[in-house]
Amino acid sequence: MEILITLIKIVGTLVWFLTLTLYLTWLERKESAVIQDRIGANRASILGIRAFGLFQPLADAVKMIFKQDFVPAFSDRILHTLAPFLSFFFVAVTITAVPFGDSLRIAGRTVALQVIDGSAGLIFILAMLSMGIYGILLGGWASRNRYSLLGGMRGAAQLISYEVALGFSLVGLVMVFPSLRLSDIVAFQGGLLFGFLPRWGVFLQPLGFALFFIAALAETKRVPFDLPEGESEIIGFFTEYGGLKWGLFMMTDFMEIIVMSALMTTLYFGGWQVPWLGPGGFHFPWGGEWPLPRGAVVALQVASFNIKVVFGCWLQILIRWTYPRLRYDQLMDLGWKILVPLGFANIGLTAVLIGVLS
Amino acid sequence: MTVKEGARFAIEVLRGGLITARHFAVNMARHSLRAIGIRTGRPGAVTIQYPEARKQVPSRHRSLHRLLTRPDGRPRCVACMLCLTVCPSECISIEADEDPDPEIQKTPIRFEIDLSRCCFCGFCVEACPEDAIRMDTGILEWGRLGRDDLRIELWPGPGPGRKI
Repeated sequence: MEILITLIKIVGTLVWFLTLTLYLTWLERKESAVIQDRIGANRASILGIRAFGLFQPLADAVKMIFKQDFVPAFSDRILHTLAPFLSFFFVAVTITAVPFGDSLRIAGRTVALQVIDGSAGLIFILAMLSMGIYGILLGGWASRNRYSLLGGMRGAAQLISYEVALGFSLVGLVMVFPSLRLSDIVAFQGGLLFGFLPRWGVFLQPLGFALFFIAALAETKRVPFDLPEGESEIIGFFTEYGGLKWGLFMMTDFMEIIVMSALMTTLYFGGWQVPWLGPGGFHFPWGGEWPLPRGAVVALQVASFNIKVVFGCWLQILIRWTYPRLRYDQLMDLGWKILVPLGFANIGLTAVLIGVLS
Repeated sequence: MTVKEGARFAIEVLRGGLITARHFAVNMARHSLRAIGIRTGRPGAVTIQYPEARKQVPSRHRSLHRLLTRPDGRPRCVACMLCLTVCPSECISIEADEDPDPEIQKTPIRFEIDLSRCCFCGFCVEACPEDAIRMDTGILEWGRLGRDDLRIELWPGPGPGRKI
């Protein structure tokens, strides 16, 4: 029974993740179009129904699946094939640690809306995200193409650098929160600050949040931090890829956006918490109460989590379509000379504040 | 980078983001209002959905050529070869014949333009002393599958399989 529940949770999470990924491509195209006074993809239709181009991702998927699976003769066949799958796998497993909502009670069982509630969930996500480097590096290396190699190397350098910044930005948060277990972190954020403000990470760690957000943007390796890809110069580590393998790299990109958004939501925006919503209903700080049944509360929480994640994705796409890209030295300067020292400062500040307040 | 420069940089970065966010909000509001039938001052996008909606062709736009005719239906062209001479891409070919009317003297029995060479400069229209050729049909879609199909006959007219 336990195994069955876990299987259902895994499938459900994966379906949620992949559907969101698929429609993130649609969101990306439409949002960029709206920003630039265009309309965006709206021609794909089924039986004459266009539905704002919502069928475009399906058309793209069909196109990619039926493209020739081409491996250049000079490439290392095995590693070349392995790279996109590695890349995809390590991002896909991260979502298992993210809590989607409070636990449900079905037929006397307590079912947590989270696949793995590991005691080091945060570390698990960070570890899996750093493993994603291997996909990029192998893709660049196995292609035996100079531009691919350059892209792969740049990718590895960038991701490792910003991994450091990301880690330091999270240390302050770990000091404030009682645990590394993501469900505990979210539960902790259900409390109130000064009696009215939700105790979200962003209010406890504003500087840490800014650092985390910039480092997370760099981790997704999109414009303005798209040095591994470098559309305008080297075309990056997937130069020698086509069809579905290229599609896997592309999906990895979009999945990273979702993972970063989910991580940001879980750590800084209270995860599935709705402000002032407790297990029995709303308790407003100005004295009002609105009791709700258990099912409605969980539904609201899951909706809240999804809205926050989609908003995070929207924000990242907005940033991708706003800023020009950084030069390589600027990228390294930002990572090592600004984010890492500020991360240290944040740790010190947090330690002093905790010491003073307790 | 000094702290002051850094702060200014951060402010400009935020302002840039707000500009695109404003574009998104304004255009999204216009799209949404129009979707539920409320007119807005401007549409949410400047795109013209081409095959369904078309832009008005300006009146002086040079589009596909046409030969003008006299009241009796014969072409105004007197086969003086001025257009053929002035044409920079040498895309016009005319076969002349004697006209029964002594006032007119010559008439084309075949007037052909090779659209694959034409650069739509309009010199032929300017050179014509009889105002026989004009480029005001407004026809812009004359793409064909082969080069031979692009040799269009303005006189005696499109033959079988050469529809314009």
